[in-house]
Amino acid sequence: MKKQVSLTKEFVKGIWEINPTFKQLLGFCPTLAVTVSAMNGIAMALATTFVLIFSSLIISIVRKLIPDQVRIATYIVIIASFVTIVDLVMKAKFPELSKSLGPFIPLIVVNCVILGRAEAFASKNNPLRSFLDALGNGLGILLVLTVLGGIREILGSRMIFGVTILPQAFEPWIIMILPAGAFITLGLLLGFSNTYTERKKRLEREELLQKYRPAKSVNEIKEGGAA
Amino acid sequence: MKTVIQMLVVLTGIGLISGGLLFQVSSWADPMIAVNKQKATEEAIYIVQPEGKSYEKISAGDFEGYKVFGQNKDLIGYAFVYEGNGFQGKIRIMIGIQPDLSKISSIEILEQSETPGLGTKVTEEPFKTKFKGLNSKGSIGWVKEGASPKDNEIIAITGATISSKSVVAIIDTGLKKLRTLKEGGKL
Repeated sequence: MKKQVSLTKEFVKGIWEINPTFKQLLGFCPTLAVTVSAMNGIAMALATTFVLIFSSLIISIVRKLIPDQVRIATYIVIIASFVTIVDLVMKAKFPELSKSLGPFIPLIVVNCVILGRAEAFASKNNPLRSFLDALGNGLGILLVLTVLGGIREILGSRMIFGVTILPQAFEPWIIMILPAGAFITLGLLLGFSNTYTERKKRLEREELLQKYRPAKSVNEIKEGGAA
Repeated sequence: MKTVIQMLVVLTGIGLISGGLLFQVSSWADPMIAVNKQKATEEAIYIVQPEGKSYEKISAGDFEGYKVFGQNKDLIGYAFVYEGNGFQGKIRIMIGIQPDLSKISSIEILEQSETPGLGTKVTEEPFKTKFKGLNSKGSIGWVKEGASPKDNEIIAITGATISSKSVVAIIDTGLKKLRTLKEGGKL
């Protein structure tokens, strides 16, 4: 409890360091299902972010009032209320988008990113921190869903944001707009993200080694083998 | 005992607040959602009956049907929605037809969940135009590509035969129902 992370860090960490999709591997169902186009991805991410921010905020405000035994039930009621609000507003203001996202807006209720942040963060931290954490995580989702949707839209229907960018000669890869395309693309993206993280970690470790160990002793260890 | 009371109070309180909030939002959104729905129906009606200027809901029958009127309030045809099974899921079609049910004016696919790239071709122009002016005095049918269709038949899409067949079957069933209504003098 003593260790305080800076507020900026609280916000930034969600975008990459603990990115809900890449690092926590949560909320895959909507991620895979709706990302046939970049626009769908963005809409889904924004809807999720809205719910995430408000439920984190409210849960954080009432966190001390909620008895432990009914905390999950309380979280779900709060989350479900915001999801219903999003669903109604989208149906009223953006009927086209609501139609293309179909049942996945109501399904945000069971998106584990939101319950995950509520349980892991908002229930233990003050409202300001919870808000920043939710915003950061939301942006993390937005980033992944936009990239994933963009890649699938370009290869699957030659378009990006509804504008045709690839020539007629390019035969669209139908698999990219099918569920299989989502799995393949997400798998590759996860692979890249993990490789990058691993590489960064290794470089950091080597740098540390160089800094704190005289070059000679490193050599000695190498020559000494595993003994 | 204290925790039990706290549990009840917290859950009831949160439930009441959410309920109240949702009531407010839904009473704000509901009229707009209704307008959107109506707009979508209206658009589809005027796609299948381009000359239509106004319409009136048909109350008889167990499906959604509309009488479509032209400029001088004269009946220029019917538009009705019928649905049935496609290859993977339900297909919902809006069908426009002449007043004497002798010819199809046009069709529009409202909802479908066919295979992208193959079955979804039924929603595209080349396929939908085949239904324009199709003789619907009797039942309608389909033939495979290469065969020559009669005036009450369409050519099925290669690679999406089941979807094409389903569209034809759905329209045909809908037509039969509409005809029964017409003959019963209920239109």
